[in-house]
Parts: sequence; structure tokens; C-alpha cells
Amino acid sequence: MPRPASGLRASPGDTVLLVGTTKGAFFFRSDAERRHWEMDGPHFPGEEVYGLALDQRGGGTRVWAAPGNPFWGTALLSSDDLGRTWSAKEDRRVAFPEGSELSLNRIWQIRPGRADDPQRIFLGVEPSCLFVSDDGGDTFAPVEGLLRHPHREKWTPGAGGMCLHTVLPDPTSPDRVLVAMSTGGVYRTDDGGSTWRARNEGVRAEFLADKHPEFGQCVHKVAHHPSCPERLYLQNHWGLYRSDYWGDRWYDIANGVPSDFGFAMAVHPHDPDTVYIVPLESDGFRCTPGASLRVYRTRDGGGSWHPLTSGLPQEGAFETVLRDGMCTDEWARAGVYFGTRSGKVYASADDGDHWALVRDGLPPVVCVRAGVVG
Amino acid sequence: MVRVVLPGPLRSYNGGEATLVVEGAPPATVGDLLDALRRRHASVYACICTERHQVRPHVNIFVGSEDIRWAGGLEAPIPAGSEVVILPSVSGG
Repeated sequence: MPRPASGLRASPGDTVLLVGTTKGAFFFRSDAERRHWEMDGPHFPGEEVYGLALDQRGGGTRVWAAPGNPFWGTALLSSDDLGRTWSAKEDRRVAFPEGSELSLNRIWQIRPGRADDPQRIFLGVEPSCLFVSDDGGDTFAPVEGLLRHPHREKWTPGAGGMCLHTVLPDPTSPDRVLVAMSTGGVYRTDDGGSTWRARNEGVRAEFLADKHPEFGQCVHKVAHHPSCPERLYLQNHWGLYRSDYWGDRWYDIANGVPSDFGFAMAVHPHDPDTVYIVPLESDGFRCTPGASLRVYRTRDGGGSWHPLTSGLPQEGAFETVLRDGMCTDEWARAGVYFGTRSGKVYASADDGDHWALVRDGLPPVVCVRAGVVG
Repeated sequence: MVRVVLPGPLRSYNGGEATLVVEGAPPATVGDLLDALRRRHASVYACICTERHQVRPHVNIFVGSEDIRWAGGLEAPIPAGSEVVILPSVSGG
């Protein structure tokens, strides 16, 4: 077994990068310059870690992780010392209730709630469901309105499993939350989770006979900026979209991309018009087009997209970036990060203008999260 | 009582010990044993079974050297003095 991880030694103002892979989690630390990175890991060697979060609400720095494996199931753990110690794995906090006829396969998304409600945490899980905690993560319960949703029996798994992978709480209203699942599409509640309505108008479903159903789309990721939460960006299984009001209607914004197929999507931390994606060639060949690793950036809300290539390999790069494999940090000159299925992690410290390899040789990367230690 | 031998990853749920002793009247079947684990050793049970009380698909249970898949499944009898062995399957990558 590898040497046990000892936890990151980070100080306030340091940059932390959390990388989840199919064989464990790897944590990185750098300073504000983000040129040199120290690695700590693997945490949970041998276990997949699709869910990671850095939660700094309430004053501390807490890392959430959801390690799991096909043998013994999935757990949700937390660390208040950047991975030096973890909460007890014996304490299984996430389980479907008796009678639901469902059992937890994987935790895909760990989403801290609103900044003014540090006790609230959301989890997006497989099979598709939203869990919520209102006691800081000690206990979780499924959101009944989604658990009992009449569409559930028609939600079907994509290649990754039937996952609820995106959770976007409205920072201006505790009653509104938007989720996305694959397949199933986008759903939104405006009444605190009691009822959920499909919000997929304009999003196509190439793999169905009816290309524009009410629900059933294979949405890969939805992202927004907290300062403009109603404007959403959506990377679909074929399709790149924007909505100007919480998914009421979606508009095609695949303007100048080599492919509108892809998974990952991240919004600039200080500019709601700036979004990053990594297009892939097709659903049949899920690799970067032309074997050229290019991040595409829009600075006008999807009106146009431009490739970012400086520091990225432009030949022989048959890469794939998965749905949670890209993120940003909070620095004014934004850090942008992504990890690939071939185990490479890249970072930019200047809004995506230039890139550098943080690490090669990791297991397949499935989740990347970054933040600045407060 | 019955003795249950745990694999390495599950020993942390049993104070680091490889053998878990389930006290009380000996369970007649593997299903009875799992019920007892559910009541008295919930964290070990949650590793072996899902919320639907099904043995996880990549977990193997042996009574002595006999895989319960070919010995009646959850109805497999546990003869007096037998050990029950929990092991992960060889699946995975």
C-alpha cells in the first residue's frame, strides 16, 4: 500500500486543490502565485472519490469527501485539518429509507448550502436523488419531493450511472434549488423541495425518438455564478445552452466550438459572462477533437467561444475531462483547473490564458475542487 | 454465539479485530446471522448489505469453506461451531 497521506499543511492565503480519482483523493497546496504545488495523497487508496468539497462557511476549513468502492459501499467523511484526520467511516450518514426500494451506489456531488446557512449541505447521489442535511452534515435525509417524483420510473442511467450530479441552491432564496441528472435532465423547486418541475425546454435529446421531451435529457453539467444565479449554462450530451432565468427556457450557445459534446463546465469566480468548457469530439469518441487539448472560454455569456492552448499539448492528446473534472478558485486573477481521465491535472493562474501541468500519472480524475484557505 | 471472520477493510469497524463474535443463540442460517449483525453491529452490516437488505454484489460469504451462493444463499445453514467468512470478490480494477 502507498505511504499514508498526512494532510496538507496550509496557511491562510494558500491555495488548495482537491483531486478525486477512481483510486483515491490527492490534495495539493500552493501559494497565491500557484506555480509550485505540493502533493499529499492518496487519501482512501483504492477507493473512488467522485465527491469532494471545500467548505469554509462558519469560519473553519472543512473538507468533505465521499470515498467508495464496489465491495463495501460509499461513506461521507469530513476533515477539519485538510486530511490529516477524518471522521469515522463507521458512521454512515447517507442511506435511502426503508420502503424506497433504493440503495446508495455513489455520492456524486457534495454541495455546501448558502453562505448564511452553514448547517445546510446537499448531496447529489446515484440512483438519482437529493439528500439534505440541516445539522452541519451529522445526518442526511432524502428530499421527498424528488424521491417520490412521478418521473422517477422513467429516469434511466447514462454511461456513468443514474446520477444526480449538479446541485445549485439559489443564494437569494432558500426555497429555490436547481438540480440536474443524467438521464432525466434539469429539475427545479421553488417551494423548498416539496415539488419539482422539469426545466428542459429547448434542450435536445439526440438519443430519443422525441428530440425535445419534457424530461429525459442527458444533461452533463449546469453551472452559474452566485452574483447572477438565475443565468445558467448547460453542457449537454450534444448541446451547449444558456438560460436567462433558472432554466425556464434554454438557448443554444454553441457558437464557435469544435463540438457541442462534452462534460465539464465552470464559471469564472468574478465574471458571470466568462465560462470554461472542454469540448469532446463525440459520444462515440469521447476525446479532445483532433487530439488537441483545448479549453474553450467565452467572455460574453456564450456569444462566442475561443480556444485556450498556451501550455496545453496540441498534438497526440487524446484526453477526456469528465463532468466534475473542472473548477475555479476565488483569486481575482482566477485559477482554473482541470483533470483528465489519463491522470493529468492542469492549472492556470491567469483566467485560463496560460496553463501548466500540476501533476501527471494519477489515476483517472473524476473530481477537481479548489479554494483559498481563509 | 458464532464467529465471523472479517477481511482487512472491515476490521476497523470491529476495533481492529479480525474475528467478530456474535453473542447469543447461534443463528440457524446466514439470513439470521445478517439480522443479528444488523441489530448489534450495524456498521459491519452496512458494509455487507445494502439498504434493501441485499448482500452487496461484490461481497462473498462462506460458511466454513462453502460459498453460500451454492449452499442456499441466505437460507444456507450454519452448523454448530462453524465459522462464517466474509471476503471481497475478485472483481474490480
